Amino acid sequence: MLKIENLHVRVAGKDILKGLDLQVKAGEVHAIMGPNGAGKSTLGNVLAGRAGYEVSAGSIHFEGGNLLELEPEERAAAGVFLAFQYPVEIPGVNNTYFLRAALNAQRKRRGEAELDSMQFLKRVREKLAVLHLKDELLHRAVNEGFSGGEKKRNEIFQMALLEPKLAILDETDSGLDIDALKMVADGVNAMRDPARAFVVITHYQRLLDYIVPDFVHVLADGRIVESGDKSLALKLEEHGYSWIAERKLAGAA
Amino acid sequence: MTQAMQRAEPAPREVPPSPGNEHIVEAMNRRYDAGFVTDIETDSLPPGLNEGVVRWISERKGEPAWMTEWRLAAYRHWLTMIAPEWAKLRIGPIDFQTISYYSAPKAKYKSLADVPKELIDTYDKLGVPLHERAKLAGVAVDAVFDSVSVGTTFQKELADVGVIFCSMSEAIRSHPELVRQYLGSVVPTADNYFAALNSAVFSDGSFVFIPKGVRCPMELSTYFRINAGHTGQFERTLIIAEEGASVSYLEGCTAPMRDENQLHAAVVELVALDDANIKYSTVQNWYPGDENGVGGIYNFVTKRGDCRGARSKIVWTQVETGSAITWKYPSCVLRGDDSVGEFHSVALTHHHQQADTGTKMIHIGRNTKSKIIAKGISAGRSQNSYRGLVKIEKGASGARNYTQCDSLLIGKQCGAHTFPYIEVKNPGAIVEHEATTSKISDDQMFYCRSRGIAEEDAVSLIVDGFCKQVFRELPMEFAVEAKKLLDLSLEGAVG
Repeated sequence: MLKIENLHVRVAGKDILKGLDLQVKAGEVHAIMGPNGAGKSTLGNVLAGRAGYEVSAGSIHFEGGNLLELEPEERAAAGVFLAFQYPVEIPGVNNTYFLRAALNAQRKRRGEAELDSMQFLKRVREKLAVLHLKDELLHRAVNEGFSGGEKKRNEIFQMALLEPKLAILDETDSGLDIDALKMVADGVNAMRDPARAFVVITHYQRLLDYIVPDFVHVLADGRIVESGDKSLALKLEEHGYSWIAERKLAGAA
Repeated sequence: MTQAMQRAEPAPREVPPSPGNEHIVEAMNRRYDAGFVTDIETDSLPPGLNEGVVRWISERKGEPAWMTEWRLAAYRHWLTMIAPEWAKLRIGPIDFQTISYYSAPKAKYKSLADVPKELIDTYDKLGVPLHERAKLAGVAVDAVFDSVSVGTTFQKELADVGVIFCSMSEAIRSHPELVRQYLGSVVPTADNYFAALNSAVFSDGSFVFIPKGVRCPMELSTYFRINAGHTGQFERTLIIAEEGASVSYLEGCTAPMRDENQLHAAVVELVALDDANIKYSTVQNWYPGDENGVGGIYNFVTKRGDCRGARSKIVWTQVETGSAITWKYPSCVLRGDDSVGEFHSVALTHHHQQADTGTKMIHIGRNTKSKIIAKGISAGRSQNSYRGLVKIEKGASGARNYTQCDSLLIGKQCGAHTFPYIEVKNPGAIVEHEATTSKISDDQMFYCRSRGIAEEDAVSLIVDGFCKQVFRELPMEFAVEAKKLLDLSLEGAVG
């Protein structure tokens, strides 16, 4: 589904990603871990198409097509979703209205029929039930006055409603208490599907107790330096990121 | 206790450099759909202004002598005045001798049935159908074309319930006693420079009278159209709601695209007696000039409502997207005890447009309340100022005001300014003022786009959210119109 080869990315004149390779198949959950400043969020932003991230070398293919050629809204319609680390407030714009505009814009771009309010509302109710969310969320403006936890839950709700093929979660666990964390994880687990892939970017192993990944990758200094199964995350938790650096050094010697 | 609160917005967060906002700035291209000219034979005065012109207009309209004298007094006073310079506006010198003060279609129409096709078509194109089969359902329209009203719909239906809705010229002829009693009673002829000029040379406008206890059964509206070149439009509107009466009135305005600046100096007076309710909404879309700031209307307007009676209420709602320069402050004089004044405004400026607009709330009666919600959107190289006065007179015990001014900036070359004036002479009054400034951030744009919403739709979504509080106040169909107009004004904003 997703194939990243030798990806180099510059942000504000600084090299952040320096030859990153990653392959994700449908149905898989990949966790990307790594120390602060390793380029984890850069990866999420590049995949979603944020401006200011210059790809200086390498390629990203999504379902066989060149993802880098697409505008952010085209990537969304193609099935790429980024759950933001810091979701943005849009004052005065009703959450339901925003989501319907988003969903219908995507459907229109894909040549699918747009949903009318009744159809849309039905879908909303279904998703709310699955995620155990209150509909109070629907009547508020997009993220306006939301607590940190509410914002993250709203991201997961948007993901559930937009039903992407590839969902990238950028530190969705940061700033969440344990109950909110479980709720977010439940939402993600409910959406696991043989046709859908997840890239879960996180700093801590904690989230992976609830969202069990198929693969764990360690991102350090702009590359993936170590890949393994979920046990890798536990080792990292035990030894810290310096353990990876030391192992690399030992390997080089 | 007197409170004056000011809340400043925290400095905008640093975002990584990105072309997002420059896109918005660069590609902002405005389309002006109402910019066409109607080819019709007119009767125009040659440019110039003197007592003879004032007399000519009055005579042309068959006015009584007192009206001619009223105009002349205003004219003589105007000669002693100087144009106001306190607004944050750059106004080129206006040569009042180069303006024609009267232009009207040559023929006279007894009824709407006589109005020629070109004119009917003009209003059709502007979305204001006047003919029988297509009249806007539930909205009576007075159509003012340059200096005269060319027709008013639903006059008979309104007369059946005692409502008078006609052109000002007709009102002076048919209801002189009402006009004489109320005209200039809210905005005196010597009130200000442009009001004095208007009093001398006003050519038409709308007159509304809602008798005691009557709720006007439909929306009333006036559609102002400037067509001829080198002319000024000076209309005068007077709305009177007697005890317990209520009315909702809307005005719309457009003009052809020309590279000259045309002057529009109107006066609107509202009078609300005991328990009366007047809701006055404006969708102003005068030609704003081109992207280099050439041409466009100078919109210098005095609007004031007098809550003369106890428990009366006047609500101003305005959506201002047009004009090269806007100078207007729809105000409320809260004379009656327990009277209420409200002002809801969206002012959008783009390219080189300038707006200095706001309101005045003068609290005189006891327990008077006022609310001000002003939203300014600046784009391009435009300058957008909110200027408002809240004045609590000595006797206004229990007075309350709440003011909220929000500015939204699109791009880096525009300006937003807020000038709140607060004068409190009664220690029991409560006055609150809140102001915020924000901009459409690259983060917001990217957030919308990453959800599948294209750039242009994202801008309109964000602007619409910003204006929501005001749009809620507009009559339903006009809220839709206003939203469309805003989208159109921001069309090509990104690309």
